[in-house]
Amino acid sequence: MEIFLLVFVFVIASLLGFELINKVPPTLHTPLMSGSNAISGITIVGAIICARSGEGFFAQTIAFLAIVFAMINVVGGYVVTDRMLASFKKKAK
Amino acid sequence: MGYYYLYLLATLLFVFGIKRLTNIRTCQQGNRLSEVAMAIAILAVLLITAGISWLVVIAGILVGSAIGLVIAKRTPTTQMPEMVAALNGFGGASSALVAMAYLLIDPLIKLDGTSLADTGIVNAISTPATVIIGMVTLTGSFVAYFKLSGKKVAHPLKGVQRHYLHGGLGLFAIGMGTWMVLTGNHTGMTIAVILLAIVSAALGVFLVMPIGGADMPVVVSLLNSYSGVAGAAAGFVIGNPLLIVVGALVGTSGLILTQIMCKAMNRSLGNVLLGGMGEESVAKDAKDYKSIKSTSPEECAMLLEGASSVIFVPGYGLAVAQAQHIVRDLGDLLIKRGCNVRYAIHPVAGRMPGHMNVLLAESDVPYDQLWEMDRINSDFKSTDVVIVVGANDVVNPAAREATGPIAGMPILDVDQARTVIVIKRSLAPGYAGIKNPLFEMDNCLMVFLDAKEALEAIVKEVKELN
Repeated sequence: MEIFLLVFVFVIASLLGFELINKVPPTLHTPLMSGSNAISGITIVGAIICARSGEGFFAQTIAFLAIVFAMINVVGGYVVTDRMLASFKKKAK
Repeated sequence: MGYYYLYLLATLLFVFGIKRLTNIRTCQQGNRLSEVAMAIAILAVLLITAGISWLVVIAGILVGSAIGLVIAKRTPTTQMPEMVAALNGFGGASSALVAMAYLLIDPLIKLDGTSLADTGIVNAISTPATVIIGMVTLTGSFVAYFKLSGKKVAHPLKGVQRHYLHGGLGLFAIGMGTWMVLTGNHTGMTIAVILLAIVSAALGVFLVMPIGGADMPVVVSLLNSYSGVAGAAAGFVIGNPLLIVVGALVGTSGLILTQIMCKAMNRSLGNVLLGGMGEESVAKDAKDYKSIKSTSPEECAMLLEGASSVIFVPGYGLAVAQAQHIVRDLGDLLIKRGCNVRYAIHPVAGRMPGHMNVLLAESDVPYDQLWEMDRINSDFKSTDVVIVVGANDVVNPAAREATGPIAGMPILDVDQARTVIVIKRSLAPGYAGIKNPLFEMDNCLMVFLDAKEALEAIVKEVKELN
């Protein structure tokens, strides 16, 4: 049943994604790409779950790298997107 | 248990954040929402997970954030496309590592004698899938990174051999994946997953290698989608709905962008991915121009003097030359003289989706001067002067012919304008590697200069005419 729920959630979320982003003005193609790129760093949650104490050195190293990579994606992605959007904002004033 | 509702809150904020990111008035707020959502998600997982190794987590977060911050702050705007590609690769890598780490820490899987398949069909599929997609995203993104930075990355094999290599690697990956899922021996499983990661990494490199530079907007969008799918797959591995929903959202948004980019080039995704275009197919006749008329900035200024409507067509050359500010200066100068100035944006101009929009936004060109291809194409015939700045394939009338590498690609009909000024350093072909008949047309004048130099000279001349 739990498996079914996860699959269920995945399918509905995919459909939601299509509905959510069906119309994007070309001006926002880059920010959307880099913004959603930052969001894909959500895997940080998985990485933290895997960083358990009492595990072997190998497992901890992999978890550490997973956290580092995910954070590079998250922080880098958001900062870049903000930089882009800031150049849009100036104009709106 | 209550903390789990923080996951729900984060998910909702992500959904609204993404929605707001698709509207020009709300986009900044949208990004802010999704940043808050990410912070809540991280807080939630720290509160929920028992037995966290705080040293690993805090060190990882600090190191990763610092690297991310430096990369994002230091990279100049010109290198934004390749930076986004690289950042994307890190996300994919992280998802793959999550799947690998989970094999090492899950108490049930760790037991010798229990295979991954014994823990259920979802694990059996999602674990190898996460590793494959994540690693392909990682190395594919880095090949895209090198291509976007202008390095030549050619596939070592040609033609059908290439397919054998990819097929072979694919089969090896399936073999390793199967071994990893079915073996009850934990050491064997670990070896299998490492080999699977390596072969997937190789596959990512070879798959992106043959794709031409002009197709990079498609590839970058697609890899963006992959990183989302990898995140969702990792969500199945650890049984976390937050990862599944958010990963699926990113996956679909990347897919939609990919579709838009493909449509803008009138090519199918398969055609782009099989690649080849723009790499080996540089035509011999690309330099074979007969009647080229070249002109000087002075003459351009005089033409602009008499023009009542001007359209700029920016391309990748504008980005390379960092000419976005000077092009706006020229535009403003002309507007002051009562000229109607607009910018025609081709959807795949540049090296990432919306590249030209970001670039011109940086120099504060008002939105209402940026016109999309479909909206402006019928206006070229009533336009006095079109200035093409560092664009080539997107204005190539060869696209209207029945055959050829870019046949059927929608283009900006600049050749219909009264005069077309093309600012381009040389007659070298664009990424499609073909001759551009526009340059030979009677109404076309070439300015063989770097975009910035040329525009600066034109601005100077226009001012002197005043």
